[in-house]
Amino acid sequence: MTYHPIPDTRPLAKEEKAVANQALREIDEQVMQSLKPPSAAYRGLLALLLLFFDLGVVAFTFQYFIGMGVAGLNVPVSWGVYITNFVFWVGIAHSGTLISAILFLFRTRWRNAISRSAEAMTVIAVMTAGMFPLIHLGRVWVFYYILPYPNYRYLWPNFKSPLVWDVVAVGTYFTVSVMFFYLGLIPDLATARDRSEGRRRALYNFLSLGWTGRYEQWRHYARGYVALAALATPLVISVHSVVSWDFAMSILPGWHTTIFAPYFVAGAIHSGLAMVITLLVPLRKVLGLERLITLRHLESMAQLMIFTGLIVGYAYVTEAFISWYSGDKFERQFVVWRAMGSYAPFFWLMLFFNVVAPLTFFFKRLRTDIAWLVVVAILVNIGMWFERFVIIVTSLSHGFLPSSWGLYAPRLVEYLITLMSFGFFFFLFLSFVKLFPAVAMNELKELALVSSIHEHQQASADKQSEATADTEFRLEQREES
Amino acid sequence: MKKDTRWAMVIDLRKCVGCHSCSVACKAENDVPPSVFRSWVKIIEKGKYPNVSKSFLPSLCNNCENPICVRNCPVGASYKREDGIVLVDPHRCIGCKYCMASCPYDVRHINPIRKIVQKCYFCHHRVDAGLLPACVETCIGRARVFGDMNDPNSDVAKLLATEPVIVLKPEMATEPRVFYIGADIDAMEPMEGHTEE
Repeated sequence: MTYHPIPDTRPLAKEEKAVANQALREIDEQVMQSLKPPSAAYRGLLALLLLFFDLGVVAFTFQYFIGMGVAGLNVPVSWGVYITNFVFWVGIAHSGTLISAILFLFRTRWRNAISRSAEAMTVIAVMTAGMFPLIHLGRVWVFYYILPYPNYRYLWPNFKSPLVWDVVAVGTYFTVSVMFFYLGLIPDLATARDRSEGRRRALYNFLSLGWTGRYEQWRHYARGYVALAALATPLVISVHSVVSWDFAMSILPGWHTTIFAPYFVAGAIHSGLAMVITLLVPLRKVLGLERLITLRHLESMAQLMIFTGLIVGYAYVTEAFISWYSGDKFERQFVVWRAMGSYAPFFWLMLFFNVVAPLTFFFKRLRTDIAWLVVVAILVNIGMWFERFVIIVTSLSHGFLPSSWGLYAPRLVEYLITLMSFGFFFFLFLSFVKLFPAVAMNELKELALVSSIHEHQQASADKQSEATADTEFRLEQREES
Repeated sequence: MKKDTRWAMVIDLRKCVGCHSCSVACKAENDVPPSVFRSWVKIIEKGKYPNVSKSFLPSLCNNCENPICVRNCPVGASYKREDGIVLVDPHRCIGCKYCMASCPYDVRHINPIRKIVQKCYFCHHRVDAGLLPACVETCIGRARVFGDMNDPNSDVAKLLATEPVIVLKPEMATEPRVFYIGADIDAMEPMEGHTEE
C-alpha cells in the first residue's frame, strides 16, 4: 500500500467501489494478462506503423541532402507543418502530467486507472515533439549550438531568444516526466517480475531496481512520488506557456497577444484529453481492461473536456475582440482574412471541432456513449492540429507587408514526415502497453485497500453505535429502577 | 573605418524608373538562389483611366538600428556590426528560420544549398573595400544613395538633412536605416486606405 502523508479515507463512490471491490490478486491478474504476446493483427498494426515511420525517415533523408526547399518553406511562410506538429505533440504531452500529477495532488480518484497510460503518452509525445525542431532546422547537424554548453570561444546561445527558453522548457518537462513515469512504474515492474519468467523476468528484474515492497521502500516511494508530482505540476503550465511565447514574443499580427499562454495551455490539455480517450477506448477493449478502466473514467475526462473546450472557445472570441479593440489595421484585416480568406475552411473546422463538438458532452447520454466519445475525441484531435496550423501559417502568410503576402501548402515530404510522427507515436505506445503494465496496479490495489478499510471502519462504527445504544438503554433502565 | 560610422541608404523615388536593375545586380553580386530576392521593386498602380499613376517601392533589408531578428536569433548568428550593418554568421546559423518569422519586412530568405538564412548586408564586402553596394552602383536613375549618415559631408547625411524622408513601418520601433524620399503612401502603407477611387 502506498504511504500517504495524509491517509485518504474518504468514502468511495458507487462506481469506484465496483473497481475497488475486486480482490487484489484479481487486479494483478487482469493487468498481467494484458502483457501476453500480441495477436497477429496487433503485430501487423505495429509493422504498418513502422512502415509509416520508415517512410518519414526516407523523406527526412531526402530533405537533409536536398535542403529546406523540398519542404515548401521560404518567404513569407518560414514555419509550417513541422512547427505545427511540434506544438501539436507538445500539447498532447500535456494531459498526461495533468492527469498523473495535478489530479494526484488533488486526490482525484478517477485518475488511478488511467494515469499510467496517460503518463506513457506524455513521455512518448514529448519524444515525438522533440524530433520536429530538429527536422525543421536547416542545418540539423549543428543543432547543439542552441544548447548552453561550455566552449573555449565563449559562444553562448542568445538567452533573449524565446527559442532558447523553449529548449530549456521542453527539456525540463521531458526529464521530469520520465522520472515521474519511471518512479510510478517501479512497484508494478516488481509485481510483473514476480509473475513472469525468462527474458521478461530479467528485464523487469533489472528495471524494478530490487524492489521488495518493504515498508521503508514504500515510504520513500510515496514521498518521492509526491515530491515529483509537485515538481511536475508547475511544468504542466510552464512548458506550453513557453511554447506559446515563441509566437507571442514575435510581433506578427495574430501572434503578438498576451492571451497566448493560457490559451495554449488550455488547448494543450484539451487535445491531450482527446488523445487519451482516443487511445484508451481501443486499449481497454484489446487488452481486456474494461473492468479497470470503466465508463466513469472516460466520462470524467469528457466532463473535463467541456471545460477546456469552453476556455479554448473563449480564447478564440477574445482574440478577435482584442484585434478589433486594438484598432491596428493589420490585426483587424488579419482576423477577417483568417475567417474569410484562403485558410477559412481550416479556421471554421477548428472552431467547430474544438468548441462545438465537445459541448455535446453536456448531455449525459452522449458522454456515456463510447462511440460518440471516440468520434468527438478524434474531431478534437484534428481540430487542435488545425488550430496550430491556422495560428502558424495564417500569421506568416498575411504579415505586415501586403506585397509579400503569400500562401503555403505542405509538400509531399512534409506529409510523409507528419505521417512518420503518428507512426512513431502509436508504435511506441502500442509497444509500451504490451511490454509494461499499462494500468497502475499498485494504485488500484491501494484503492481496494482503502475500500476495505473503509468498510471495516463502517462496520466497527456500526458496532460501536449499537454498543452505545445498548449502554444508553441500560442506563435508562437503571434510572427507572 | 571610423568608430561612429553608420551606413545608411536613401532611395529617392522621384528618380526611380522601376527598371529592376537593382534586383538583378543584387542577384548577380551576391549569388542569390532562384525564387528569392534580397532586393526587389514593388509596383502599384492606382487611379481610373485616364487618370492613372504607377509608383515603385524598392525594398531591401533595412539594417535596422534595433533589429528584431538579432534579438530573436537563438544562437546569436544574427548580429549587428559596429557600423550598423546586420549580418548572419554562416557558420553559426542553424537554420531555424525564427528571424524570418519575426522580420516585419520579410527580407530574409533561406539558401537552399547552404541551408542557412541570408539577407541583404548592404554588400558589406564591397563597402569594406571602399566600393558602393551593387544596387547603388548599377541604379540607372541614381535613385539609390549610400553612405555614412553620421558624416555630415556625405550625400546621405545631406539628403536626410534637406529632404523629407520616411521609413517603412516606423511603428515597429526598429529604426530602419533605409530612407525613402517621395514614396507613395499607398505603396508604403497599403492598409492606410488613401487610395482614391
